[in-house]
Amino acid sequence: MRSARVVITGLGAVSPLGLSAEDLWAGLVAGRCGIAKIRAFDPTGFPCELAGEVPPYRIQDHVPKSIRKAVKLMCRDIELAVIAAKEAVVSSGLVTKGIDPEKTNVDPTRMAINLGAGIISCELAEIGPATAASTTDGRFDIRKWGRDGIQHITPLWLLKYLPNMLACHVGIIHDIQGPSNTITCAEASAHLAIGEAAQVVARGSADVALAGAAEAKVNLMVMLRQDLLQRAVTGRNDTPESACRPFDVEAAGSVFGEGAGIVTLESLDHAQARGAKILAEVVGIGQSHNVHPDYEKMEPDGTGIRLAVEKAMDDAGLGPEDLDLIIPHGTGIPHDDLAEARALEAVLGPAVERVAVWPTKSMLSTTGAAAGALDVIAAVRAMNERVVPPARNFTRPARGCHLNIVTARREGEIRHALCCSHTFGGQTAAVVLRACREGARP
Amino acid sequence: MKTPQARERVVITGMGVVCPLGNDVDTLWEAILAGRSGVNRITIFDASTFPTTFDAEVKNYDFRRHVRHPHLHAGCSRGSGFAIGATVQACRQARIDVETTDPSDDIDRTRMGIYLGAGEGSLDNDGFFASIIAGWDAQQQQIVWPRSVQSALGTMGAARELEQEPNMAAAHIAMLAGARGPARSCLTACAASTQAVGEAMMLIRRGAADLMIAGGAHSMIHPLGITGFNLLTALSRRNDSPETASRPFCASRDGFVIGEGAAILILESLTSARRRGVPILAELIGYGCSSDACRVTDMHEEGRGPVQAMRAALADAGLTYRDIDYINTHGTSTQENDAIETLAIKTVFQERARQVPASSVKSMMGHLIGAAGAAELITCVLAIRDGIVPATINLHDPDPKLDLDYVPNVPRKTAVNTVMKESFGFGGQNNVVIMKRFSEG
Repeated sequence: MRSARVVITGLGAVSPLGLSAEDLWAGLVAGRCGIAKIRAFDPTGFPCELAGEVPPYRIQDHVPKSIRKAVKLMCRDIELAVIAAKEAVVSSGLVTKGIDPEKTNVDPTRMAINLGAGIISCELAEIGPATAASTTDGRFDIRKWGRDGIQHITPLWLLKYLPNMLACHVGIIHDIQGPSNTITCAEASAHLAIGEAAQVVARGSADVALAGAAEAKVNLMVMLRQDLLQRAVTGRNDTPESACRPFDVEAAGSVFGEGAGIVTLESLDHAQARGAKILAEVVGIGQSHNVHPDYEKMEPDGTGIRLAVEKAMDDAGLGPEDLDLIIPHGTGIPHDDLAEARALEAVLGPAVERVAVWPTKSMLSTTGAAAGALDVIAAVRAMNERVVPPARNFTRPARGCHLNIVTARREGEIRHALCCSHTFGGQTAAVVLRACREGARP
Repeated sequence: MKTPQARERVVITGMGVVCPLGNDVDTLWEAILAGRSGVNRITIFDASTFPTTFDAEVKNYDFRRHVRHPHLHAGCSRGSGFAIGATVQACRQARIDVETTDPSDDIDRTRMGIYLGAGEGSLDNDGFFASIIAGWDAQQQQIVWPRSVQSALGTMGAARELEQEPNMAAAHIAMLAGARGPARSCLTACAASTQAVGEAMMLIRRGAADLMIAGGAHSMIHPLGITGFNLLTALSRRNDSPETASRPFCASRDGFVIGEGAAILILESLTSARRRGVPILAELIGYGCSSDACRVTDMHEEGRGPVQAMRAALADAGLTYRDIDYINTHGTSTQENDAIETLAIKTVFQERARQVPASSVKSMMGHLIGAAGAAELITCVLAIRDGIVPATINLHDPDPKLDLDYVPNVPRKTAVNTVMKESFGFGGQNNVVIMKRFSEG
């Protein structure tokens, strides 16, 4: 059975550290923290008033003139995906209809897209007037809603909030006519989407795929959900920059945020034929499931995480001795971080003392579906720059964590990097990347 | 990534369904053969003043009657509850032990995965709307956030919030079956569960799993779901005759009828099925996926995406349009879908287009949104088994522009060996799966 090798040729990122993959990397190298008090709305009353928010942008600056009208149908998650997708395409050297319709250099029927997306909460501001028109004696009255309330809502309202609209808008802009999917496995979505897209290219269903995820969690309902689930850090509202502390002894929960990460995947043949700069190769994909009666938590022994990582390493045909970097999911939620540490320690064995582990959420926050994609981009940059920056907000390891968390900048070759993720609900995923040295054949 | 040694053949060894036409496969099939409609007035909430007041609901179903340990799924969403029942049925047929930490079925749980096209759970509507009302400032005509937050923190519960996440149906199935293989959930609107089955087949083909619990689960019959579809004017408004409202390919069709449910198929490598000696129901042989890349509001006027997906599925199966005996259409009963789907079938099937039966079971079952494709795939397996093509009911007033053989009103006895299933979703998602009667060799 035919199976093509799959490489990464483009990167696009929107994160609390900036509006490009370059901003993301520069911020991570500088150890900058993108977490601050919530600006999107007045967070007074929230147990956690913090978030990782994307810097201001104008979506009109990031879409081709021909589709400017469509921005009305874009919720924030879609906007972030659209911005990151443009950068992923441009940086790969591919020219799609959305970049320059006169100079396209890719067959649209051979392009795929696979994006992870979160549950998109509707803007309460859009529902407010409809709800206000649907009360009787101060209580919600569904009969008034059905008759009068819904008249206050714009007709295409639903289309803004379907998770597959991220991939659809990006697909329309860049004329992507091949396979399209939307993975909705919360914080494991990006690795699952990248993994599936790599398999789509490997099996020959497309030559090129945009893959990654986007999610904008900084809205009332989603932030509230993280508070109710006791996943958000409390008691740190006055010290936002040190609030999120993955694997640290003083960790007390995560901070949630927004972002988008999209990579351009390509069959090696297609990339070489057009002389593309190859940034890394996707060599291993692994997936499994956590099974725990508290669905929002990881199993204490990390079995589901371990199985995903083992499968990815097996898919890559690699052992712990081949790994030089791990970017873990590491949210700063002590229970989950400990499960992940146990899983990684079990896979690494004695190599645990050598392999650098670099959690990023102390700087990026937990950006939902997008988290794994930002980590893949960070790993690709680290491999290309031959640098692992120090982990922020890590001083002493949490009890029971024996991972080699990087506390000082490391330089040197990174042959292979592993990114892994897990989510409430239980899906687990891992991706193994191989470095491609400048000028060398991968 | 590993290069698979050989292309594994993928067969179906179990099926389960909870849907408006019945809460198991036999009841569903009896209803389809009788041409019954599963459409009724909306009872889940008071929709009496909505533009559309009817739907196709699951009836007389309580997931707790189908599991030994209901407390492990307490508080699950409607959709997840349907998924639990459908999974129990499908696993029973495929001889997979569920609800045990010590299964005796000789299946490696790390080689058994899950792929669902699954939707969101309903909001906690009371808490949600109460929070907006608590924060609403009538003078400024806007929400005062801290007041809404205070109300929400007081009324909303963690478990209920978690169960709204679309990955929770897969989570409950993993708990039920102890599945540790590849697990994904996708939500490509109305094409989601056909996509899930197609991609699950691909995972087995490349050797990433031996078995996949694949299908869909969804209920959008909640106030915001019905509101959204009503605003899009996608739903039929034939409030005076709900059971005839879903009338795909009929001249007087005026929208789809929203349904709900779950459908699960056990996909298995032929190697695994033979090793276990389980009966094989059908073989999956082709999958094609494409996107319209056109507009988010409507389909490409020539059906470019559906045509590409159908051709990709045929190519994947190593077949041509001459090999298909029956097309199980997306057939939603909207003006646009049925016209463009007809056009796309004509483009692909050329001179055979009018000879291949092409019916829509949505005429009876309604539109299960994310779960639709998987439920309809089950009817394809049964069509092959019994040599009967389901009818398109309510087709008394043919649209003169739509001239395929839609199998109007009466199911048809005919040899069925190879079936094409089509599903198309909002935003231009197109997924096509081809299955055939299983034969050795």
